[in-house]
Amino acid sequence: MLSVEDVRSGYGRIEALHGVSINIAAGEIVTLLGANGAGKTTLIRAICGVQPISAGRIRFENRQLEDLPAHARVALGIAQVPEGRQVFAPLSVEDNLKLGAWTRRDANLVAELASIYELFPMLAANRHISAGMLSGGQQQMLAIGRALMAKPRLLLLDEPSMGLAPILVEQILDVVRGLKQAGLTVLLVEQNARAALAIADRGYVVETGRIATSGSAAQLLADDRVQAAYLGV
Amino acid sequence: MPEFLQFAFSGLTVGAVYALVALGFTPIYNASDVINFAQGEFVMLGGMTTVFLGLAGVPLPLAACLAVVVTVAVGLALHRFAIEPARGASAVALIMITIGASIFLRGAAQVVFDKRFHSLPPWIGGDAIRVGGATILPQSLVVLGGAVVIVVLLWAFIERTLIGKAMVATAANELAARLVGIDTRRIVGLSFAISAAIGAVAGILISPITLTSYDVGTLLALKGFAAAMLGGIGSAVGAVVGGLLLGLLEAFAAGYVSSQYKDAVAFLVILIVLLAIPRGLFGRASVERV
Repeated sequence: MLSVEDVRSGYGRIEALHGVSINIAAGEIVTLLGANGAGKTTLIRAICGVQPISAGRIRFENRQLEDLPAHARVALGIAQVPEGRQVFAPLSVEDNLKLGAWTRRDANLVAELASIYELFPMLAANRHISAGMLSGGQQQMLAIGRALMAKPRLLLLDEPSMGLAPILVEQILDVVRGLKQAGLTVLLVEQNARAALAIADRGYVVETGRIATSGSAAQLLADDRVQAAYLGV
Repeated sequence: MPEFLQFAFSGLTVGAVYALVALGFTPIYNASDVINFAQGEFVMLGGMTTVFLGLAGVPLPLAACLAVVVTVAVGLALHRFAIEPARGASAVALIMITIGASIFLRGAAQVVFDKRFHSLPPWIGGDAIRVGGATILPQSLVVLGGAVVIVVLLWAFIERTLIGKAMVATAANELAARLVGIDTRRIVGLSFAISAAIGAVAGILISPITLTSYDVGTLLALKGFAAAMLGGIGSAVGAVVGGLLLGLLEAFAAGYVSSQYKDAVAFLVILIVLLAIPRGLFGRASVERV
């Protein structure tokens, strides 16, 4: 469904991705593991088109993405839940969700909103409150809900558990698992490697801008190096 | 007492002019955090284009409509050829670009139009209205009414349309706006079009009172900016309240102190606002939890 081939990208003269290739098949949950600064967020941003790439190819469902602006990629079916949630603070919860469906102007928003509120009931209770007033966990759910309003086929999640209480992390990972059952393909970046591998089918380990190793979730859980570096065994 | 009332009326008249100019800063600022110092030139273009089309024989109402179209085209060109190429630059750099654009537009107007003062006939004629021994011109009420109509339209646009909300979203978090699929370039371009339209309407409405020439934009933009700062930049209601307050302050300062200090009032207001209430009277309190 998504294939990233030999992508290079950087900030100014400092290269952050030195030729990264990953593949994601439809219906999978794939996770990117790696330390801070390894390049996971850069890769996700490059897929969305908000981070320029200097070389390589990105293909989504047989369409080349490199030359498409970010907003056109959303219309193709790629949505991102960015790191740090990035909700529209001055707008209400409901307006945030409505803007999530920006690329689908003809959509029946009433039904869509209802399904998001069903997924995250606490958003329904706060629908008229400005998003900046929500707690971190609520903002994370709003960010996920907003991305889902775009009806994506590929969902990119960047550190959804960052700064959240364990019970909320559990809740959010449950939601991701449910989305997979509903047919969504997910690329999950997560510092909490154990939690990520628990729901993922496959994973890639990113180290200093390169793919260090990859394999099924079970293989990675059993890998000595992964255990030592990311699972704290 | 009639003296006080007369100062108040002339203050409200001038204040309504400032309010209209100040309103024009709002859309661009809200979409991009840029204070557009070429806003005064939009006002000039609205008035001057109407005058010259009128001189060329175009009926004035049609000339006014065409002037709005011309000014919007200039606003879009400013965005496309001056702001957009500097994409990613800091707001301060973009503000400097608008100062350059304002100088350019003034120079171009000098060549395209001329260097003389021009006037437009009042849009609503009739005698001065007498109240308690003081008088106010019907055209002053037109300017005031125009400001109110623009505030209502802006409010409806921001609060009631998804495009208006996309504009707020673009200003609040440009990255997130792009990630939900908003073409932020077009949204900012739209804000320039709206600001230009407001500026043109302001120029058309105020020219019968203030006269117009190629260089009226500079002082109007400074006064409008002072008014917008006082009211809280980015707030449409604030722009109107700030404009009226500034007009009244100027009129009373001119009347009771000395008319020589009239223009100094605006700059004094900017200083005091920046030092004491930098957010202005109606500025957005930023509520954000991190």
